[in-house]
Amino acid sequence: MTPSASFAAPKFEVNAQASPGPTATKIEVDQLNFYYGKTQALKDISIKVPERQVMAFIGPSGCGKTTFLRTLNRMNDVIAATRVEGTVTIDGEDIYAPGADVVDLRRKVGMVFQKSNPFPKSIFDNVAYGLRINRVTSSRSELDARVEEALKDAALWTEVKDRLKSSALGLSGGQQQRLCIARALAIRPEVILMDEPASALDPIATSKIEELIVDLKKQYTIVIVTHNMQQAARVSDLTAFFLLGKLIEVNSTEKMFTAPNERLTEDYITGRFG
Amino acid sequence: MSTEVHRHLDQELDELRDAILRLGGETEAALRHAMHSLAERDTGEAREVLEHDDTVDQLEVEVDRRAIDIFALRQPAARDLRFVMSVTKMAPVLERIADHACNIARAAIELTNEPELNSLIRIQQMGEIASSMLASALDAFTRSDPAAAREVIKRDAEINNLYNQIFHDLIDLMAKEPATATRDARLLFVAKHLERIGDYVTDICELTVYMAEAAIIKHRH
Repeated sequence: MTPSASFAAPKFEVNAQASPGPTATKIEVDQLNFYYGKTQALKDISIKVPERQVMAFIGPSGCGKTTFLRTLNRMNDVIAATRVEGTVTIDGEDIYAPGADVVDLRRKVGMVFQKSNPFPKSIFDNVAYGLRINRVTSSRSELDARVEEALKDAALWTEVKDRLKSSALGLSGGQQQRLCIARALAIRPEVILMDEPASALDPIATSKIEELIVDLKKQYTIVIVTHNMQQAARVSDLTAFFLLGKLIEVNSTEKMFTAPNERLTEDYITGRFG
Repeated sequence: MSTEVHRHLDQELDELRDAILRLGGETEAALRHAMHSLAERDTGEAREVLEHDDTVDQLEVEVDRRAIDIFALRQPAARDLRFVMSVTKMAPVLERIADHACNIARAAIELTNEPELNSLIRIQQMGEIASSMLASALDAFTRSDPAAAREVIKRDAEINNLYNQIFHDLIDLMAKEPATATRDARLLFVAKHLERIGDYVTDICELTVYMAEAAIIKHRH
């Protein structure tokens, strides 16, 4: 192993051998810089996320992993005085290009947040919300079918099928988080971004979310931010390590947790950082 | 992790290292004394090797216990994971080397009253090489030195060559002098124990290479 001599930002290409399965690039980020006002939060990030794989972002608090996640569906646009340089392409299309359709982007790239945020509506209406405002379905039966499909995909259907009209706020924390996943899945996105989706859940609820993530990658490309390195090890095919706004290393998760290339990564995942 | 937690992990890793090195030291001593008892026809020394085997077994259990605790409570990763994994696999290898040393000590007791034989000189040579390989292997592990470990692996061929020579000599002798066949067979077993020890030392070196480089060289040399 060669210790990292500097924080130079290398370009990472995913090794197809390290990540079996489909390896077509879904998301490609090239030389991305991101600023909050004058403060640069992300520095020269270049990375490729393969289709239908789970990529985990790890790193200490404030390293920029959540900020980076939010650049992938332009969620940072809603924050004043932010600025992006570089390119982010999804399926080859630059999502920051002038005239890019942000609504369409967010339909394609769903997001699940750290804290579950169900609307104060029924379980059914929560899942149907995106379908209704986007006018995706043309009949009640189609709407019902899509809601059922999303709840099944989120592994929640059997638990809620008899109380779809009940308030979503009556669900447990783990169920609420899976409901939010179902809400994201209902509009059939291609990419799901998850920002610490299980950090507020107990081990059983966490386990269900993790099983769900592994199951969902058959259909979706998933990017997950997690502080829990064991979770990254359990659910992801690839892991990217961020530090001080820079991408230090991306590698197959197996390699990352047994023999990372960079000394900084090794120090972080062995708990000796700093 | 907090600094306090790091300190606990580092301390636990140090204690695991101490335990495996103590096991290594006991194993080295067992082999050395077993070969010495064979050369000097010292049944007392041979019996000490047998009596001391419990200590080796207990150390193996201690290494297991410490490693399981670290796996369960610390979830080691990267170099820590490779270290704990290597130590976990090394402990039974050392214990088996000590078992072979015990078998040599038993043979030494049984051969006490048998007439001496020229083949014993070559068996002593094998024993010296095996002891030296074991010491070097443990040294390479302690220093986390994969180059030194690879050098030790090369020496296994010396032991294998000597074993083949001794094997043919003793088979010839058994054919020519059937009356000494029991003694010769016992010596042949001693040679076989030493040959196996060479293989086990190779295993230790492979684990050192894995620990240091994350390279699996097993079955590749």
